[in-house]
Amino acid sequence: MATLWVAMSFTTKSSSKLAGKGKLVIHFRNYVDDKEMKLDSNIYTNDAGQPFSVTNFKYYVGNFQLRKSDGKEFVSNEYFLIKEDDESSKQIILENIPEGEYVSCNFILGVDSIHNCSGAQSGALDPANGMFWAWNTGYIFMKLEGKSSASNAPGHIFEFHIGGYKSPANCIRTISLNTHLSILNEKTTSVELKADAAEVMKTPATIDLSKLSSVTDFHNAATIADNYSDMFSFFPSPEKH
Amino acid sequence: MKSKSIYILLYLLLSVIVFNSFIQDNPYFKITKQDVELKIPKGFPKPIYDFNKNKLTPEGFVLGRKLFYDPILSKDSSISCSSCHQRIAAFAHIDHPLSHGINGMIGKRNVMSLQNLIWRDAFMWDGGVNNLEVQPINPITNPIEMDETLSNEVEKLKHNKEYVEAFYSVFHDNTINSERILKSLAQFTGLMISSDSRLDRYKQGKETFTVTELNGLKLFQTKCANCHSGALLTDNSYRNNGLKADTALRDRGRAIITGKDEDNNKFKVPTLRNIEMTYPYMHDGRFRNLQQVINHYADPKNFDKGYDLSLNKIGILTEKEKGELIAFLKTLTDKTFLYDRRFADPGMK
Ligand code: HEC
Ligand code: HEC
Repeated sequence: MATLWVAMSFTTKSSSKLAGKGKLVIHFRNYVDDKEMKLDSNIYTNDAGQPFSVTNFKYYVGNFQLRKSDGKEFVSNEYFLIKEDDESSKQIILENIPEGEYVSCNFILGVDSIHNCSGAQSGALDPANGMFWAWNTGYIFMKLEGKSSASNAPGHIFEFHIGGYKSPANCIRTISLNTHLSILNEKTTSVELKADAAEVMKTPATIDLSKLSSVTDFHNAATIADNYSDMFSFFPSPEKH
Repeated sequence: MKSKSIYILLYLLLSVIVFNSFIQDNPYFKITKQDVELKIPKGFPKPIYDFNKNKLTPEGFVLGRKLFYDPILSKDSSISCSSCHQRIAAFAHIDHPLSHGINGMIGKRNVMSLQNLIWRDAFMWDGGVNNLEVQPINPITNPIEMDETLSNEVEKLKHNKEYVEAFYSVFHDNTINSERILKSLAQFTGLMISSDSRLDRYKQGKETFTVTELNGLKLFQTKCANCHSGALLTDNSYRNNGLKADTALRDRGRAIITGKDEDNNKFKVPTLRNIEMTYPYMHDGRFRNLQQVINHYADPKNFDKGYDLSLNKIGILTEKEKGELIAFLKTLTDKTFLYDRRFADPGMK
């Protein structure tokens, strides 16, 4: 039995070495409902019928997992910080993906508990990026800030800073999307992923900005996290290069 | 006139060079490989902080020491870590009930001592910080402490020749980022280990106790050691030790982090090592001396509602018992740690 196991793992190892590998580029496109997001100038309307503009939109995605129809998986432990005001941050690249047809794509919006407890980190997880709470240590998973005449806060601003990897508010949400992705040897496949910021304020909970214009700790954080869990969708027909 | 100022300049330059080489060459400040060896003291548990992920080196420790003592970390270069954490007080702040930050602003909590940090599972009086490395982000970015941003910090250090060299000596490339600042600080603070108090030496048979101290030890073991337990003198839990709820600061303690009402007025059980040196006491520094602390514990009538029921076994302490407990607490002073040259200010300002 043991020898068989060793032999088998040996063959998978050597065959995966032979198999080709490709790249996947995911281009994040931030929207509000069906309009491409434009910071500051555009006025949108939420489900409570309140006008608002967006001044800042940022979020962490990571732990990408691609699955083939036979169940084989590609897993990446990398994290990316997507920033509306920084075009280059919106293109992320996953490398060394075994070639083949993938039928689903999972990732988390947020940062998993291991990376929340790992001390000082650099790159996307550098606390200097301003997506970090120091006093109750952990990453801020998503920031949506803006203005609305409906908000009663000074300057009519609203701010949703959502984070928390443990009780009382675990705001990590796993996103599971069906897809049809072909990864080809030494080729780059590109897809576009829509992130709809309007979802932060709706389904299941409709946010009334006159009542709730600021979430910056665990109070109400899980409600917003439930809202943003359905914020992503693939644009149809991934293109190939 | 002109030549005179050039001479002054030359003199200043020379004195800086001489002074710097004085630090490097002075054996008192020199850090060797042996100095940064992590030795787990007898009877101590396995550390929680993992130095395997932040390999100790003399250069890393020296950089951490430099950062710790340098006010460059604060916005107006007025406050360093050591402004609040004083070596003679086991890195607490003697005689300051609440911390003093930038522009003399007063914080809301008593400065904690820094010792045996690598055995802590969480930091601060409320345990809100989950890793030693990220703790300094709090004082650095707190508007009433050092009031600086991490990205500004990195920029300042990148433009400082001494730091460019110091970082290079540790990491062998030119990158300066927050991760490297924080890891270096952790090398310095993580090695602050107290394990040679008179109590430690008594347990190892190297020292004898007086009868008063022995009586104090026995009292402590039956009345206090369920919370202030083991070699670390804390069980790392959060408890309400019966302090009258403060109406001014309204610090809810652990409940701020967990959001649970049952955690109201619970605070981290602090270590009692070097307790003689870390006055004043408690999270808000309300007790000036050990006598006041013991007076609080000495009578159950003092305990505010919600107190931890294990305090009931203390009962009423007699004056003799109070004196014995205080005598015992003083055996927790660790001169080896307090005078450890590795943690001294290398004098750079
Ligand atoms: C303005 C005063 C002040 C400054 C400056 C300061 N601290 Fe502190 N430090 C405190 C206070 C107060 C606490 C307790 C805070 C709390 O519980 O909220 C503390 C707690 C800590 C702790 C946690 C100890 C434990 O056992 O949980 C560490 C570690 C620490 N400080 C390291 C540092 C370092 C490193 C620096 C410099 C980057 C620094 N401090 C600068 C006041 C200060
Ligand atoms: C139920 C757990 C518990 C017991 C039992 C207990 N303590 Fe404490 N002790 C604490 C907690 C919690 C604090 C911090 C409280 C705060 O600051 O709000 C503390 C603080 C202290 C301090 C101040 C430490 C500092 O750094 O400011 C001293 C000294 C002290 N205790 C001594 C004792 C002695 C002596 C006894 C026995 C007579 C004792 N304790 C029994 C939980 C306990």
